[in-house]
Parts: sequence; C-alpha cells; structure tokens
Amino acid sequence: MDNFINVKKQKRKIDAIGLATGFEKFTDDFSFPNMLHLKFLYSPHPFAEIIDIDTEDAEKMEGVEIVLTYKNTPDKLYTTAGQGFPEPSPYDKKLFDKYVRFVGDYVALVGARTLKIAEEAINKIKVEYKILKPVFDVEDAIKEDAPKIHREGHYLINAIYETERNISAGTEFRYGDVDKGFEDSDFVIEEEFSLPYENHCALEPHSAIAYLDERGRIVIISSTQVPFHARRIVSFLLDIPVNDIRVIKPRVGGGFGAKQEVILEPYVALVTYRTGKPSRLVLSREEVFVSTRTRHPAKIKMKMGFMKDGFINSLKMDVLMNAGAYGSHSLTVLSNVGSKVLPLFNKIPNILFTGKSVYTNLPVGGAYRGYGATQGYFAFGQMIDIITRKLNIDIIEYYKKWHIKEGETSPVFEKLGEGKEGVTQYINSCKLSECIDIGAREIDWFKKRGKRIRNGDKVRGLGMACAMQGSGIPLVDMASATMKMNDDGSFNLFVGATDIGTGSDTILTQIAGEVLKIPSENISILSSDTDLTPFDVGAYASSTTFVSGNAVRKCAENVKEQILNVASEILKDEKENLFLDNGYVFNKKGEKVSFKDIALYAFYKKNQFQIFGYASNVENVSPPPFIAQFVELDVDIKTGFVDIIKFVSVVDCGTPINPKLAEGQVEGAVLNAIAFALTEDYIFDKNGRLLTNNFNKYKVFNTKDKPDLKTIIVESYEKAGPFGAKSIAEIGMNGPAPAIANAIYDAVGVRIKELPITPEKIFKKLRYGF
Amino acid sequence: MRYMEGEFIINGKRKVIQFENDDLLLDVLRNNGYKEVKCGCREGTCGSCVVILDEKLVNSCQVFAATATGKKIITSKGLGDIKNPHKIHKALVDAGAVQCGFCTPGMVLAIYYLLKEEKNPDEEKIKEYLDGNLCRCTGYEKIIEAVKSIIEGKYG
Repeated sequence: MDNFINVKKQKRKIDAIGLATGFEKFTDDFSFPNMLHLKFLYSPHPFAEIIDIDTEDAEKMEGVEIVLTYKNTPDKLYTTAGQGFPEPSPYDKKLFDKYVRFVGDYVALVGARTLKIAEEAINKIKVEYKILKPVFDVEDAIKEDAPKIHREGHYLINAIYETERNISAGTEFRYGDVDKGFEDSDFVIEEEFSLPYENHCALEPHSAIAYLDERGRIVIISSTQVPFHARRIVSFLLDIPVNDIRVIKPRVGGGFGAKQEVILEPYVALVTYRTGKPSRLVLSREEVFVSTRTRHPAKIKMKMGFMKDGFINSLKMDVLMNAGAYGSHSLTVLSNVGSKVLPLFNKIPNILFTGKSVYTNLPVGGAYRGYGATQGYFAFGQMIDIITRKLNIDIIEYYKKWHIKEGETSPVFEKLGEGKEGVTQYINSCKLSECIDIGAREIDWFKKRGKRIRNGDKVRGLGMACAMQGSGIPLVDMASATMKMNDDGSFNLFVGATDIGTGSDTILTQIAGEVLKIPSENISILSSDTDLTPFDVGAYASSTTFVSGNAVRKCAENVKEQILNVASEILKDEKENLFLDNGYVFNKKGEKVSFKDIALYAFYKKNQFQIFGYASNVENVSPPPFIAQFVELDVDIKTGFVDIIKFVSVVDCGTPINPKLAEGQVEGAVLNAIAFALTEDYIFDKNGRLLTNNFNKYKVFNTKDKPDLKTIIVESYEKAGPFGAKSIAEIGMNGPAPAIANAIYDAVGVRIKELPITPEKIFKKLRYGF
Repeated sequence: MRYMEGEFIINGKRKVIQFENDDLLLDVLRNNGYKEVKCGCREGTCGSCVVILDEKLVNSCQVFAATATGKKIITSKGLGDIKNPHKIHKALVDAGAVQCGFCTPGMVLAIYYLLKEEKNPDEEKIKEYLDGNLCRCTGYEKIIEAVKSIIEGKYG
C-alpha cells in the first residue's frame, strides 16, 4: 500500500474559493486607464477579394484611435495553431488579407475609446469586394474546377499540401495488405459516418488585453492555453524580440482546445505597440461561434473484414476532414483520427489509413478535446457494435478479448505521430477489461441489453463503447519547473504549465508535496507567466499531469537533494542515512532538523545559497488512459426523441492525483459529448452564414438536460507517470456518441451514422427507413 | 446618448453611479469594480451575469441599469469573501464543483435563490432552478452534489 500524503487526496482546488466568491481574476477583469476597446469588422461574404477599403470616415470619428486593415499591417503568413515550433499546421493566414475566405473572416479592426464608438466606427468602413465563387462541401472542394481558396500557403515542415485541390493536409499509413485481407475474410462490412462542426462553448469568451510596461515592453494578458506559443507568435508577427513581450495567463474560463489558438494576442499587441495605449479585445458569443475555432467536421469511411470468430483481418479507414477556411491543426487532428483509435485493437494484421483535410469557405477548425480521436471513435465504436451483432457476440466480451493489453504494442504508435512519424511504445498499464466489467455491472448490462423494454411509446436501449487517448506528445512536448525554498521551510513553485480550469495548479503542488513529504498547502504555485515561469508547451494533448507533472516531480527531487545536502551538514550524518518526513529531515538515530532550520541555515549560517530546484521534462512515451462508457436510454418511437437515463464512465487514468478533479474532467467531457451526440450543430444558410450562432440556437446541455452521470475510476499504476498517473482530460469525450448510437440501435434497430442524432433522423429512419 | 446618475444598493452598500441611459446593469456593475459579475453571452442565455435584484434572480445583461436604480443588488462577493465564505461557496469548493470557475459566481446566486425560495428541494427542483446557468466544465454533477450537501445540513 502507498503512504501518500498528497497524492490521491481530495485536496481543495487552490483557486476554488477565490473563483466561487469572484475574487480571482480572468482576463477581462483587468482594466487599465485610457484603454482602447477593439472591434473587428467581419466579412459578410464566404469568399471575396477586397478591391479597396475606405476607413476615412471611421478614422475621423471622435474617440477612434486606430483602424487596422491589410493596408497597414504586416504582410506575413502564419498559423494561429498554438503548437510547438515548427508548427505542424500550414502558414496560410495573415493578420489581414486581401482575400476573405469565410463569413466571419477579418476585414478590419477598430480601436476606440469605448466599445460603443468602436462598434459605430466599424459600420463606417466602406469595403469594395469582388465576390468570388465559394465552396462549402469537402467533396466539391477537392474537384479540379473548384475555387482555389489559398494560393500562397506553405508548411514549415515536410507535409502534404496541395492548394490546387484545396488540400490543407494529408496522411497515409499502411501495413500488411488490406485488399488481400478483405478477400481472406469471412465477412466484410463498409459504412460511412459523419460528424459536424462543434463549438467548445467555454463560458469565458476569447479575451486579450495588452499594455506597455514602464520600460515599453508589451505585456499581454490572455485567456490562453499556450502562453509561450503566444509569445513566440506575437514576436514573429510584430518583429519584436521575445524578451520584450510578456504573456500572463490569469484564470481562464475554460479552454477545451479553443484557446490553443493564438487568435487575439497579435492584434492587441499591435494596437498597443502602435498607439502606446492599453487595448482590450473580448469577443461576443456570436463572434466566438463564427470566427474562432471548432471541432473539424469529418466524413469517415470504414471497411472491415473479419472472421467468424471475430478476428479482424483487415481494416481500411478513410477520412475526409473539413479544415474550414484555414488549416489550423488540420494535419494533426487528421492523424489522430487514426493514431488515437487504431492501436486500441492492436492485432489487426492489415491496415490502411488515409485522410485528407480540405479547405472550404466555412468556419475554421482547430483543437478540441478529443482531437480527432472523438471523430475516429464515432466510426470505430459503431463498427464494433455492427460486427458483434452480426456475429452474435456480446460486445463487452469482444472488447475484452481484442483490446490492447499490458506489455503489448501497436505498429500504429510507431507509424503515426503528430504530423510526422510516431514513437514505438509498449503499454505499461491497462485496466480496460476491469473497466468494462465494472461498467457493465453498474449499467445492469446483462439484464437490460437487447431486451427492448417498452414503456408506452418509449423503448429502452443500452449501448457501450471503449476508447483510449494519450498523455502528451512524445519527444515533442516539453515542460519545466523551478522551485525555491523560503525562510520558514515553505516553497514557491513556478511552472509554465497552464491551468485553464482543470486544477493543474493544484495537482502540481500535490506532486511536489509528495516528493518532499510535506502538505501541498506549504507550496505556493505561480504558473504561466512568460517573464517568471520556465517554459511549458501549454495545456493541450492531455499532457499536463503526465509531462508537466513529471517535470515538477523531477524539480522537487532536485530540491530534495539540496535539502538533504544541507541536512547532512547540520546533522553531521551521511546523506544516505537521511529521510524526509512531514517537514523534517530525520536520520536513523532519530535526530531531526526542520525544513525551517534547513532554510535558515542555507540562507544565513554557512555556505549560504538559495535552495532552488529546476527540471525540464520530455517524454519518449505517451501512456494512454483507457475508458469504457455505457449508456442507458429511451427512444420515443412516436417522436424519435432520445432520453438519456444513465451514463456510466469507467476510466483507467493510472493514479488519480486528485480523484475529485479527475472525476470532474470525465463528467464535463461526458456531458459535452452527449450534447454533441444529440443536439449541437452548426447549421449554415446557402451563403455559408452560420445560423446556430448563439446558445438559443446551438443547444448545449443545462441542468435539466443532464442525465444521471456515474464516473468510476479504476486505478492502475503507470510506471512512467508521476506517482503512477496518466492523463484524463480528453478521453471522456470519445465514447458517448458511439455508445448512444449503439444504444439507439439496441432500442429500436435503427443506426444513425451522422451526428447530431436528432429526433427527426430517428423518426425518418423508423418511419421511412432512410 | 444621455448621462444619468443613479443610486444602487449593492451588497448592502449605497453607491451613486453615473452611467449612460442605454447601459446594461451588467456593464455598470463591471465598470464599477463588481468584476465577479461575469459576461458569457450578453444575450440572457448563459447565466454568468446573474445577480439578485430586489430578491429576484436576473440576468444583468438583460436589464437596463436605468431601471435598477434604487434597488438592492446582491453579487457573489456580497455573500462572502475568501476569509469568510458563504456556505454555498464552501459547499461548491468541497464538492469539487469549481473547475474554470467562470460560471460559478452566477451559479452561487442561482443556488442562493433556490435555497431562499424552496425549503427542501429535490433533485428535479434543483435542476429546475439552475437550468439558466450554463457550465461547460463540470457536467453539473458536482454542482448538484454541492447543493444537496447544503440541504442535508452539512453546512448548518
């Protein structure tokens, strides 16, 4: 048994009381004298060339201080994707361009004394457009005669990029011979699935504020998941040295991938740089829906050949992903559709995975919790249901038999990485079979699955799906931490890691406290201030607990060594004889010295120095967490309405550093995913204008929509992780949609392969069979 | 545009504030330091900006400040602070119901209103009272758990 004093304890989230009362600060809670309020002018056309812009009337307005357009801003291509450098996303966007590529693309930006003036000024800008023929459908966009949306984009890395065919990214990997595999199979099935756009709907809209500090440096306060990438990208665009830019991430009101994009920071920085005045850019909800980033819509074709005993002999997966107007994350999300899904069934001898991301004149895709895996599992999870029904095998036994096990690997790990080849890895920890058994018990699987229990017009159905994710990007993501000891034996911990509401600040102190055998409350953490904290790639790819957590663990171990050195001097005993316990260093004779006395000794007494730890961390593996998700639902056969009764998630995330926060990650992801499965949708008019642009039309779930959510953590020990931990933030997103589709089939025998699964779709299938 | 001056009783204190005639209560509060009132949509659909206005829970983005003069306004900071939090604050923190925390000050007031109106609400009632407050982080599970813990008397 472990003797943890911090890890696995329900420590209160350190910022929770400040957040609940309202004392903690988000970006827009900062304000500065003489601050300019910024407002974008957006393109009303899906595709057009700007012939001219007349900003004179706007500039003449009292209170207007700056108007930016393509005429007076840097003519540089970049990507908003907040990824490591060189980004595996195409450089295809400018701050302002002569071309606008979707309804909602930037045309101009006004900075004025008040937001009201800025909004008025926007209306006074006269733009002459040459309207171009748009393309909205991915299949049309890759046709030869399709409009060319981009002409001058490029990658910094070696990647497939064909602007002639609107292809923003492509991927392919294979092993074995799929065609022969299909020939040799007893059965072959082929299905097509599709998923729409999805908005993150973080409650805090994208926000950024900039001001000049006392020495003329640019300080940016931003609601970001990637402060260090933001600093780098602003430096590039504005041609300002990195050390003259400071990015501060205050509290962030949810990210889910939406803020792994450097969208607003360059604009506030530029306005402040030009005017010398503070500037503020906070988007409206409609602007967030239309002009920020989304989950990439995808069409997925899957073909699987299998034997009578269930052995899958051959698998072909072809993905056509809609990048939207710009290619942010369109390569890496595409790769992840395969790389985060296919290793789950690692014994398939013949695989061909192909994919294209395609530019269209629609809103821009980006990172979103699940990051391609969500798209892939929607297809894969239904294929497994279809196969097991055909073979009359219980799906839960099937998953247990074929899922990847401890000690095993998959060729996919090596072949498919993030925009390049991947990394070979063996699974150290996998309790998926246990997760499946526990979930089946909790949902009462054997009593209710396939029984079609009827109550009036309602028919009960059960469905399930399994998934894995990763923990960071191996050999790419780097995190670092520093830590110093104070006079009284307390500590300050500095991390680049970015808490966007997940509680990472809290769990990182738990990890450091565990190493030093002190309560985590004795450690104050400061995160994500590029002036003060060391580098971290940021909050994405389910990396923080694993990659940043290990950086903190190593950093605390470094501090521990220094503490032991001083204690050895004080106690006049060999270091090997010393151990830490609850703020003291003991030797085997029972003598002890407190952390406080150690700190005072190091500061003031002899051989003075600052006890100060530092560590960087890169991982060569990305241990996947695993999840089994089960749903019980009713389908109303008169209306097609689906009522989720109960949703069970059983997850193996290694050691849950903070069990309550870990559960919360799953619960949030699950409700998000249920709404994605049933109601959330981007609906456009014929000109590519988004109609579902607010919370009335774009339906996220509220308390009344919420079913009974049950989350169970099955502990495993991941030896590569800090105190055995793996990731948990994204995985909960992957199972709900396929599980729900499978449960609807279980209830009424119709299979919906297109999200969202609306009552209309079910009703039509029930009534007319299509 | 016309400048106005009005008195509000915010968290028990009288405040004379100048504002424009078409200013929303949300903006007037935020511009005068009540940053705990958050703006999530400005369309009355997310609940981040709710305040208690004369005993009623309202979206402050849907109220002209001019119509709220002379009235009593309560925000989350009015119920407690970091040193002396209200039991609703404490319950949410203990339950792990605060993730990003952007919706939380609004959620706190929705819970406050619920507990004021209903003596012993069941789960359905709880969900009904909180359905105007969106949260994208928690799935509401632990928020509802927190409310139940208050009703069960865990916080006196």
